[in-house]
Amino acid sequence: MPRIPLPWLAEHVALRGGTDAETLAADLVRVGLEEEAIHPAAVSGPLVVGRVLTEVGEPQKNGKTIHWCTVDVGPEHNAVNPVDPEGPPSRGIVCGAHNFAAGDLVVVALPGSTLPGPFPIAARKTYGHVSDGMICSVRELGIGDEHDGILVLDDAAVRRYGLESAALVPGADARSLLGLADEVLEINVTPDRGYCFSMRGVAREYSHSTGAPFRDPALATAGDLTPASGGFPVELADDAPIHGTPGCDRFVAQVVRGVDPTRPSPGWMQRRLTQAGMRPISLAVDVTNYVMLDLGQPLHAYDLTSLAAPIVVRRAAAGEQLTTLDDVTRRLDPEDLLITDSPDGTGSRILGLAGVMGGAETEVSAATTDLLIEGAHFDPITVARTSRRHKLPSEAAKRFERGVDPQLQRVAVRRCAELITTYGGGEVTGELTDVGSPAEPVTITLPLDLPARVVGVPYTAEEVLGTLHDLGCELGPVRAHDGREVVDVTVPSWRPDLQVPVDLVEEVARLQGYDRIDSVLPAAPAGRGLTQGQRLRRRVADALADAGWVETLSYPFVGDAELDALGLPADDERRRAARLVNPLAENQPLMRTSLLLTVLSTARRNVSRGTGDVALYEIGLVTKSDGAAAPAPTGGTHPGDEVLARIEGAVPSQPRHVAGVVAGRREPAGWWGPGRPADHTDAIEAARTVARAVGVDVTVRADGPMPWHPGRCAAILVGDTVVGHAGELHPTVAATLDLPARAAAFEVDLDALVAAVPASPRQAVPISTYPLAKEDLALVVAESVTAADLTAAVRAGATGTAVGDVLEDLRLFDVYRGAQLGEGRKSLAFALRLRAGDRTLTNEEIVAVREGAIAEAARRCNAILRS
Amino acid sequence: MSETAPLSPLDAEGVDTAVEAALAAFDAAEDLDALKQARIAHVGDRSPLALANRAIGGLEATRKAEAGKRIGAARGRVNQAFAARQSALEADRDARVLREEAVDVTLPTDRRPAGARHPISWVQERIADFFVGMGWEIAEGPELEAEWFNFDALNFGVDHPARQMQDTFFVEHPEGPDAGPSGLVLRTHTSPVQARSLLERDLPVYIACPGRTFRTDELDASHSPVFHQVEGLAIDTHLTMAHLKGTLDHFARAMFGPEARTRLRPSFFPFTEPSAEMDLWFPQKKGGPGWIEWGGCGMVNPNVLRSVGVDPDVYQGFAFGMGIERTLMLRHGIGDMYDIVEGDVRFSLQLEGTI
Repeated sequence: MPRIPLPWLAEHVALRGGTDAETLAADLVRVGLEEEAIHPAAVSGPLVVGRVLTEVGEPQKNGKTIHWCTVDVGPEHNAVNPVDPEGPPSRGIVCGAHNFAAGDLVVVALPGSTLPGPFPIAARKTYGHVSDGMICSVRELGIGDEHDGILVLDDAAVRRYGLESAALVPGADARSLLGLADEVLEINVTPDRGYCFSMRGVAREYSHSTGAPFRDPALATAGDLTPASGGFPVELADDAPIHGTPGCDRFVAQVVRGVDPTRPSPGWMQRRLTQAGMRPISLAVDVTNYVMLDLGQPLHAYDLTSLAAPIVVRRAAAGEQLTTLDDVTRRLDPEDLLITDSPDGTGSRILGLAGVMGGAETEVSAATTDLLIEGAHFDPITVARTSRRHKLPSEAAKRFERGVDPQLQRVAVRRCAELITTYGGGEVTGELTDVGSPAEPVTITLPLDLPARVVGVPYTAEEVLGTLHDLGCELGPVRAHDGREVVDVTVPSWRPDLQVPVDLVEEVARLQGYDRIDSVLPAAPAGRGLTQGQRLRRRVADALADAGWVETLSYPFVGDAELDALGLPADDERRRAARLVNPLAENQPLMRTSLLLTVLSTARRNVSRGTGDVALYEIGLVTKSDGAAAPAPTGGTHPGDEVLARIEGAVPSQPRHVAGVVAGRREPAGWWGPGRPADHTDAIEAARTVARAVGVDVTVRADGPMPWHPGRCAAILVGDTVVGHAGELHPTVAATLDLPARAAAFEVDLDALVAAVPASPRQAVPISTYPLAKEDLALVVAESVTAADLTAAVRAGATGTAVGDVLEDLRLFDVYRGAQLGEGRKSLAFALRLRAGDRTLTNEEIVAVREGAIAEAARRCNAILRS
Repeated sequence: MSETAPLSPLDAEGVDTAVEAALAAFDAAEDLDALKQARIAHVGDRSPLALANRAIGGLEATRKAEAGKRIGAARGRVNQAFAARQSALEADRDARVLREEAVDVTLPTDRRPAGARHPISWVQERIADFFVGMGWEIAEGPELEAEWFNFDALNFGVDHPARQMQDTFFVEHPEGPDAGPSGLVLRTHTSPVQARSLLERDLPVYIACPGRTFRTDELDASHSPVFHQVEGLAIDTHLTMAHLKGTLDHFARAMFGPEARTRLRPSFFPFTEPSAEMDLWFPQKKGGPGWIEWGGCGMVNPNVLRSVGVDPDVYQGFAFGMGIERTLMLRHGIGDMYDIVEGDVRFSLQLEGTI
């Protein structure tokens, strides 16, 4: 994002007195330019040019040789000569480097300064001397990576850092000479505000925010407005515009001849480029970058002698390739817009991807004296697609895809040519090309009351019109239209984002200040509260938490490792998962089809962290494999019911499940005893708890899909429909996941349970106050008879007699196996609570109920009353 | 003494002595057993007073009344003293039993394991309750969503930089990677619920939608690729940005206390115009009270309304969204996103009950 060095900005707009990066950030955020970062001055405190007066090598016991120096750091900073009080005033400094000698100019950090790091400098006693400062290397100054000795300010350094030799005198402020004193504000520019990728744009916004006078650095001169002629031939030949918009609607090119290729760009320019985050390279490249940063117009400089006329702007042909400046050979797409020239026929050689990146062949080199400077206007969508396709988010592409001012090209090319000839010699020739005709800025008819109606601030007509005028809009006369006052607003060329009336409303609100907006609470019409599903989901979550389960969350991403850990067979439906194109981790590209896939990982993590006794659950969505490809028509109009149905139908179903894992001890050990280990019953009871919270009756029967133990798993059913499973985990699954033996788990389709809630409210049974009769029954059956079947038989028998349904409660309270029952037999004991709603039961009735229960148990399950 | 000479009911002094002896014996009884022995000795059938009482029958008729009265009074005194002593000793015994039954009540009592909700869940529920309290309803939508709902319907053009900035997880075509784009994504925000709600519901619409969203960010201390947002949408005939501000202020106070307020800053979102970033005044901010970013908002772009068949010349309204993790981290001083996303039960347990 753009970095704004304050002195640069101040060239275009009068910064208010005392403005630093922080106050600038505050002024800009009011108009919507958010602070991304403040890059502080690289060095604070006294950093000065010094001249080494004397230098004595002193070998040390540790084998090193240090240099004890006196350095003239200017009259303001010099002290009494530490070597000879009669000698010239200076400071004594100990230095470990060897690449300098008496008489050299160096950079000295004096006590009280802070170098990047931060590394505060103080006078300190070392090697038997008081070192009163530090002679700095480029690395210590943060302006380079070299650490082979200190920075000597010789001719090479003067050239390299763009210094002025005359300014290099002892005591001179090295911070400003090296550009280490400037604060830089980095701002965040939203995608609609491409013009703020320039000092010009930011200065204009600062002016909007503060009212400070703005000088547009891109004002066209009379010369910029005259027709061009005699320039390098350029043809715009886009035969496949995207959405009917030509890929290039303006191409300006200026020939500059006789430039001295050895001349560097000036130091101030190099410093500004560095501060703005770009690397200085050569005069021609630096100037094109500088003008781009300043005005917002990306520019390109070609070696004129290597070009073969004409330049042709065209789309790529299938199969064409280009090696870009970053040395990558790229296969081009027919949508890519190219700059080409014509050595072997028109448009035969590719020079670059228009608005994105140049090619290597025609780049300016150390021998280039004649240049062609290109400033063009490219279609944002074309550039955006090419930049995305080739993953080239270049500085030029960033600007073009957000929209560049189509009136800027002549001014920018002229400034670029002027700067190159100013610093590199040569001349701006009369050879100027200007082809194409960019679209005119749009004119929007704005109802004058619209800003007030949308924003809720009673803006006056003067405020609305004045704001739009300040913005650079051209305003027609206020006129009546359909009984409302309207004004025709022609937006400025640098604001292609302004297209419809509400765009202007935002500008009015923004520049008038969002702080003018009142705070008014709207009164919504009466609502219906939470839906049944929402209420029941809360009940389920709370019921599990109340039962001692801890809710957790997990990412829904899984891969083969998770599917394999659950031991799912190859053809298991849970392996048919939606797949991500760009997953977070390559080994987890799938969306979970079962909550346990990720909940088990959560359990494993908890166990590995030492929580050995754990009961946790998650409520979340799983993704089914019933998705299809969805159409994505352009927004802005209703796509039609049929297309809409296809869009909605393509989204795979994503039912909400609840799943949990319990391991270790279900009830803790304590002074009361050893606690109770978790087992399959805890998982099944959790599933039943879920069903009770929803208010749906479920039944269970034996089942055993992975990841459960084949003999210790229950299917959970609503009627005949399986809605989940619960039980002990398969021993191999528990072992694979490092979970304790006998760990248990459940997973239930919560949406299916909610859907099973009866439509009409459950009806109450009156509470009987007649006496209770208790009967216990112990029934002996074969091992193969399940508790559920025998219970159902007892219930049916007890309620099916002539006495009627007087079974208030039926509870299985004991299971017994023993020698006297015989091999393969077991005894199940039931407690029956009998009570009629309208009378006291007689002994005969109680006996009849008991006999009925026994008879039905015998009939269905071959049960025998235990004697 | 009874063995030496039976007490005569006419012996006033002797009767007094017997009474005093009984009272002394009761007083001397240290426990209920001793008291029982004393009772047998002084009130039992063979006690001097009982024998004296029996002896009244053998007196001359003229002396009977006097003797009966004396002995009756004496026995009354003795019985009364016995009863008093008995209830005192019973009270002592009861107190002793309670003393002896005392236990250490500071021993642990957590014989059942503690459960907990995840903080993200209850913050979402609290937010939902807030909006339901204003008459709004809670809407929902899928997490794996059609691109049309996530982007196109919300005025994110295919080539708009904003669409590229969303760091989207794309879903592969169900028929494989070579079958072209699927048109499906993991929703990058809860905003597709705006379009779904406007299609499904009758106008006016006032809905909030807490839910899970996805961006391809790496997990670090303050970002998670899977996170939660709450979306708000109000579409009616009269709503302005002032109503947006009022709703946000009210919401901020509900979540952060009466001193909370919000500030709007100009920003850009394709689905709102004007758009704003919303800052929250946060008194507990580290390093002193100040503004912190809380979410984005704005007036719903007419193009969004047109996409779902709502006439923007009649209806207008506002939308907003903010991060639930951020809300939770601010309220409870959570410094590390890892704690929220890793599923460690200790995190849920430590914040249980702090709603």
